Amino acid sequence: MSIRNEPNVLSRMEKTGSDILKCMHCGVCSGSCPSGRHTSLNVRKLLKKARNDTAVLSDDSLWMCTTCYNCQERCPRGIDIVDAIFEIRTLAVHEGIIYPEHRMVGELLLEHGHAVPINEENRAKREALGLDPLPPTVHSFPEGLEEVKKLLASCKFDELMSEK
Amino acid sequence: MANVSLFLGCVIPNRYPGIEKSTKLCLDKLGVDCVDLKGASCCPAPGVLRSFDKATWLALAGRNIALSEELDRDLLTICNGCYGSLADANHEVKADEQLKKDVNTHLGKIGRSIKGSHDVRHITEFLYKEVGSEKIRDIITHPLELRVAVHYGCHLLKPSKGRIGSSVERPSFFDELVEATGAQSVEYPDKMECCGAGGGVRSALPDEALALTGHKLSMIESAGVDCIVNACPFCHMQLDVGQVDLNEKNGTSHNIPVLHYTQLLGLALGYSVEDLGIDLNAVVDLEFLEKILSDS
Repeated sequence: MSIRNEPNVLSRMEKTGSDILKCMHCGVCSGSCPSGRHTSLNVRKLLKKARNDTAVLSDDSLWMCTTCYNCQERCPRGIDIVDAIFEIRTLAVHEGIIYPEHRMVGELLLEHGHAVPINEENRAKREALGLDPLPPTVHSFPEGLEEVKKLLASCKFDELMSEK
Repeated sequence: MANVSLFLGCVIPNRYPGIEKSTKLCLDKLGVDCVDLKGASCCPAPGVLRSFDKATWLALAGRNIALSEELDRDLLTICNGCYGSLADANHEVKADEQLKKDVNTHLGKIGRSIKGSHDVRHITEFLYKEVGSEKIRDIITHPLELRVAVHYGCHLLKPSKGRIGSSVERPSFFDELVEATGAQSVEYPDKMECCGAGGGVRSALPDEALALTGHKLSMIESAGVDCIVNACPFCHMQLDVGQVDLNEKNGTSHNIPVLHYTQLLGLALGYSVEDLGIDLNAVVDLEFLEKILSDS
């Protein structure tokens, strides 16, 4: 496939692709961004990059957004900025660009049905509080966990989280 | 009053079970008809898992909502992240028939389906609308004389589409609930700012997350408060464990107790620090605990 015909990030964004073309670069998003006060994240530049550069998929700042939605709530053009960031992240993960720590969260979900599963220390805390050592979630219902695993397989989430 | 099923998520039952206990004690005292949502899973977490794959996010959220629909109850969350995922997923499915069909194709494989017949509630929104701060004020037995930094957390209010309908810039309902316990909600700079944990930042980029947390904590400390009160166990963890992390990393001496709203309310209803698991936090300020005990 030639570079000219390679589908860019914008055209691969399902819902918000054409939306971010409406950006007039006023900077309200960057000015409202709490992460941008303390890290290298510049929301406006990130979305501008997404217009014409697939390098946005491996941009370090892509995962510095805490999804606080300040930018989205204040955007004078009504652009769903955080939704756009979610879509760019999804494209990145489907390209295999993912932090090991995030892959681990996915693996925990696949194994336990919880992104943060129980451990010994917290079983003891539960018992000290007079609660059952396991909560009434999939931790206590193996058939529920099987349902979750079936759903994750149906969505091919197991394949997505496997090392490429 | 709406009947509800209690959705625990991951962080509450598996890291801060005191919040689970406090919620049950408070709801029982308030006479709320609430049952456990048995067999529920991760919501799933909005910052990471929603980012990874939308179909997966919707399918798992759809199953949790379907479990609650089967009980003919609204789903009650005590976590902003769970609320964000489940309320947004419910909103999207209700608004888009094709999307609902797609979700139900996956759910059909486990013999379930989502109808879009019920709502997803957050404990603060639920208490404010269904019980009311006046009634809470009437039934508390141990009014608290505390100066409190209220932390709303982002996903309680935002994205505003399909949500509570409160102001996202200057909300007041949570402050009213806090003040119903007798405590004073103290203003502080950047009150509406993020704790730093969300969006998968805490899990993969802890230093970046802590930069936000450190700023938030310094603003809170400048206001001179007795404790922080939040509505989300993930913010709770970031603001609690984050203090220990910052003290180790930067040599700071943060030492502010962090309470989920249900723990604050539990104290005002006469339960002890130990009943409510407040002593199981990473930060335990004995002076603060003594102050509460002498007041009550």
